Amino acid sequence: MKIWDCFTAAIRALLGNKLRSILTMLGILIGVSAVISVLSLGAAQSAIVEESFATLGANLIYVIPREGSVGAMVGEATLTVGDAEAIARQASSVVGVAPTAQTYAQVVGGGENLNSLIAGITPEAEWVDNYAVAQGDFITLFDYRARSRVAVLGSEVSQTLFGEIDPSGQSIRISGRQFQVIGVLETRGTGFGFEDMRVYIPLSTLYSTVAASQAGSRGNSVDMISVQVESSDRLEAADQEITAILRDTHNIRVGEEDDFRVLNIASVAEQVTQVLGILQLVLAGIAGISLLVGGIGIMNIMLVSVTERIREIGLRKAIGAKRRDILTQFLIESATLSLCGGAVGVGLGWIIVKIMSVVATNLGFPFAARLPGYAIALSVGVAILIGLASGLYPAVRAARLDPIESLRHE
Amino acid sequence: MLELENITKVYKAGQTEVPALRGITCRIESGEMVSIIGPSGSGKSTLMNIIGCLDKPTSGWYRLDGTEVSELNDNQLAEIRNKKIGFVFQSFNLLSRTTALANVELPLIYNGAGDRRQRALQVLDSVGLGHRVTHRPSELAGGEQQRVAIARALVNNPSLILADEPTGNLDTKTSQEIMAIFTKLNEQGMTIILVTHEPDIAAYTQRTIKLRDGQIEGSTCLKSG
Repeated sequence: MKIWDCFTAAIRALLGNKLRSILTMLGILIGVSAVISVLSLGAAQSAIVEESFATLGANLIYVIPREGSVGAMVGEATLTVGDAEAIARQASSVVGVAPTAQTYAQVVGGGENLNSLIAGITPEAEWVDNYAVAQGDFITLFDYRARSRVAVLGSEVSQTLFGEIDPSGQSIRISGRQFQVIGVLETRGTGFGFEDMRVYIPLSTLYSTVAASQAGSRGNSVDMISVQVESSDRLEAADQEITAILRDTHNIRVGEEDDFRVLNIASVAEQVTQVLGILQLVLAGIAGISLLVGGIGIMNIMLVSVTERIREIGLRKAIGAKRRDILTQFLIESATLSLCGGAVGVGLGWIIVKIMSVVATNLGFPFAARLPGYAIALSVGVAILIGLASGLYPAVRAARLDPIESLRHE
Repeated sequence: MLELENITKVYKAGQTEVPALRGITCRIESGEMVSIIGPSGSGKSTLMNIIGCLDKPTSGWYRLDGTEVSELNDNQLAEIRNKKIGFVFQSFNLLSRTTALANVELPLIYNGAGDRRQRALQVLDSVGLGHRVTHRPSELAGGEQQRVAIARALVNNPSLILADEPTGNLDTKTSQEIMAIFTKLNEQGMTIILVTHEPDIAAYTQRTIKLRDGQIEGSTCLKSG
């Protein structure tokens, strides 16, 4: 029997019982669309993460307190402005250093009021941390030295307080003290996400105003030091230099642990990508379980189908079908069921991802829906395999039927 | 030509052995039209299954067109059934969801024959159903369904047609029409074996083989008509 004839026979048999075929396909269809959406969303997420790290800059190293983490509000106060200065002075592979200290404070302006993160920064942050000014100016060296009460707003803070109006020149109150807004940053959108939600003031001003009440405990401590390294191939060297300098300034003896952590963006990116990859696999695995359930559904229906068609099988054998022919016929039927389910599932999964992309974009988290080729290949491949595997037992049963008894079957 | 030599068939039911055929020897020439009759339990069905290559004898020899069939394996038997034997059943056994044409084409699918449609149309025409080829079995009368089955049996140009109670589900008039087709086919040279318990039907044949208790009664092939 030629393979093409097997196909037409299979399709004829499946069309002969449309509702049942569709219901059976549904299991595989849902499974495949789940796997496809998980993988597509995963791919989109990975792309966003990559993009975010790219905007942060590849040659960046973060130094944070040992107990802190990147973006944490307040870490253990083990790092100081002095440490930043020491790194800038002593590390040869370093081209720029920007310490950041931050704290939460009440911000009032434009008739609105919110509790926001206040980041104390130095002028170097503009290029070290890669901040782009959308309107107005960034904090200058003068502002820093003079402890000026000036503020640059993250785009979301600006949006919340002033809406579409350019806030440059407006005054706001931070912890009850008056500040003048001198600029607004471009939306980062991606990144760690918190950059858009902060108010930036000179670090010196932060110590003398907003954080003055905490001054006893935190002195001139910082939560993070961003270090711009000369080139990407000197990241390792910079890491070692910074560690050596800080161990020295912190008087850490040989054998004692560091009280800080040096994170380089490339390795953080790698870690995050790894974690996301694992998460994706787990989710795809869960989605894959529904494929398995779909496979069981196919096996069930194929068994029913074999039982219903015992006379047909007997007749086919009587007129010359070999075991192999019957086996092939039923295997192709189940594979066709799962292949069709899989193909429609890919389409449905794609639609789901598209819809999610549109919804997320409207909610302010833009991501591009993408359907990686490996996702299609993987889910359709698995679907066909499941179809064949679940069709095998029913098909073998059909092929082994005795023609005489089958013909007599009522 | 078909030769059976001392064919026996024993079924095992648990510990006991039930002999269904006890040494059948007979010979059916090409172009003959023969009926096999006998009461139920006489071994008719068993003999038909062996002649139709659906079953193998426990002992004895069976030659079909000179081929020793009793020594073939399952796949070879399937090929013999496909090419040399045309089956016609009491309950027609058509695939219900497919058209008359597709039903007739079915045996051709299993030997990879080309030009299936043409051949199927031709045999359907020869049994007088050329005008109903796209009908499904449910849209056809019983006699028409049996004609489709006969066309299906003929489509591979077999050495013999083996019909098991072919008129059992039909009324008298339709039965006569179906028997007329068999008679005509026989006149054109086709070997036909009818298994029946109706003397009326057996009367259409040139020779009747009577079975009783797994043996040919009188142990010879009786000439009649």
